Amino acid sequence: MAGSPSSSIGVNFRNMSSEFFAPLGARRLLVLSGIGLILAGMIFGDIFAVFVLHQNAAGVGASLSAAAHAALAGDAPTVLASFQNVGGFLENRGTKVDTHVHMIDFGYLALMLAILQPWVALGEALKKRLAWIFLFGAGVLPVGVFLIHYVGLAYSPLQSIGWASIFADSGGLLVLLATLAYLMGLLKHSASSAAPVRDELLADRSASARLLLAGGMLFVLVGFLHGAYYAGTDLYHHEALDYTILSQMSSGAAAIDGAAVESSLAAYGQLQGDKAVKIAAHAHVIEFGLLAILLAFFQPYVRLSEVWKRRWASVLLLGSLMLPVFVLLELKGGLIAGGLADFGGLLVIIALLAMWIGILRYTGALDATRREAK
Amino acid sequence: MSGARRVLILGGIALALWGMSYGLWYAIFAEHQALDGIGASLATGFSAAAERNTAGAQAALERYKEAKYRYDRQVDVHGHWIGLGMLLIVLGIGFERVGFSPRIKLLLALGLLSGAVLFPLGVLLETFSHGSFPQAAAIAGSALAILSLAGIALGFAGGQTSVE
Repeated sequence: MAGSPSSSIGVNFRNMSSEFFAPLGARRLLVLSGIGLILAGMIFGDIFAVFVLHQNAAGVGASLSAAAHAALAGDAPTVLASFQNVGGFLENRGTKVDTHVHMIDFGYLALMLAILQPWVALGEALKKRLAWIFLFGAGVLPVGVFLIHYVGLAYSPLQSIGWASIFADSGGLLVLLATLAYLMGLLKHSASSAAPVRDELLADRSASARLLLAGGMLFVLVGFLHGAYYAGTDLYHHEALDYTILSQMSSGAAAIDGAAVESSLAAYGQLQGDKAVKIAAHAHVIEFGLLAILLAFFQPYVRLSEVWKRRWASVLLLGSLMLPVFVLLELKGGLIAGGLADFGGLLVIIALLAMWIGILRYTGALDATRREAK
Repeated sequence: MSGARRVLILGGIALALWGMSYGLWYAIFAEHQALDGIGASLATGFSAAAERNTAGAQAALERYKEAKYRYDRQVDVHGHWIGLGMLLIVLGIGFERVGFSPRIKLLLALGLLSGAVLFPLGVLLETFSHGSFPQAAAIAGSALAILSLAGIALGFAGGQTSVE
């Protein structure tokens, strides 16, 4: 480290902030597309939560119930058909959750790579090409994963992997290769004796940036502690219960004990709900914490008044708190808690959209200044 | 770039890449087979129950339990390695705001990186052995990560600034 900015007079800083954010430059591409990916992933997640998740859970429950009742009646073919339905519902849910998660995570990674661009010792043209490759892969993977349920194994040359999976995996490979190339660039910079880089993004100490950084750190820490608590108290207990309840269900069916089957079905539904809300709360509070920390670094690019930047930062943190808290309360609070959790997600989306528009305004102003200078 | 920052940023990207490679390998060579195995053992268990074959049902559900145990951990490991890698990168980017001496910052960075590697590794080892060593590794890794993160949060609270 080379001391604080104010004490660094005389150090030959490469101050290239506007150059770093050139039109269609790697950083601008990664920032705007990264936030776009996060927004798309969150909107997709909200639509999924409202219109698919609960209906899908009901479908899984109904198919499992049909399988258990078929076993009770001694009807083995219906058992198999019902489990095929369960598999279909689970694949539908799993691929949609994966689409949501991968879009958002690739958005986060894009934002991180955007911040790191000044330290990547590669030519701007190559960095731009890598950004396009990264973004192409980051788009192909979620779309491919989404299509797995609908395309299935149609025309596939492989026994258990369909075309949609092949495309999804290819997208993942492109992201991996682009990230690896950026890592090489960072290592090259790290090994060189280049002058220290001064980047305005890391120098910002505005109130909105400090609010997002402090709130984000708190959320990540709370998420870690919640995860450790869940692993210590619930994880193994849930796993044991999962097996015990299914075992009781099948034993009840074999013994033609309808009451045992019914009580096991009710207990299994309760267990799945409990597991889902705890894992979702853990994942969301950490993801929102990371997002808040990342957005803290981008505040200099958000061209809004300081008051509005503070307001949007507060809205983002409020939504980030509401979603995991009300998800946790969903089993007791029912639809009201579920609705409030979805509203929390909506607040995060609106605040993020506002910051994205602020960054677009910044790029417009930057480009207008450049044109005037020419 | 300071030593602590280098540990977090380069270590974080390497960890994220490792997690992605693991995920890619898992998606191509293991996931579909694992899901088929879980579904098949459940269906076999209940079909056996329909045929009043209690022993067959129990044996199939045991296979389900083991397959589900492995699947959950393998997916968790992928998510946690990448998630922790991204956290390391983000913290590395803002690490000049942590108000501790370079030595303490380096210790915190090394602690967080070690925890981020060890915790998912312990979880992955649980799929090979049900003994206490993998569990102890996972617990030690998560404790190391949480303590280092708490230290970094404290450092941010009393932050100072330097440029690298």
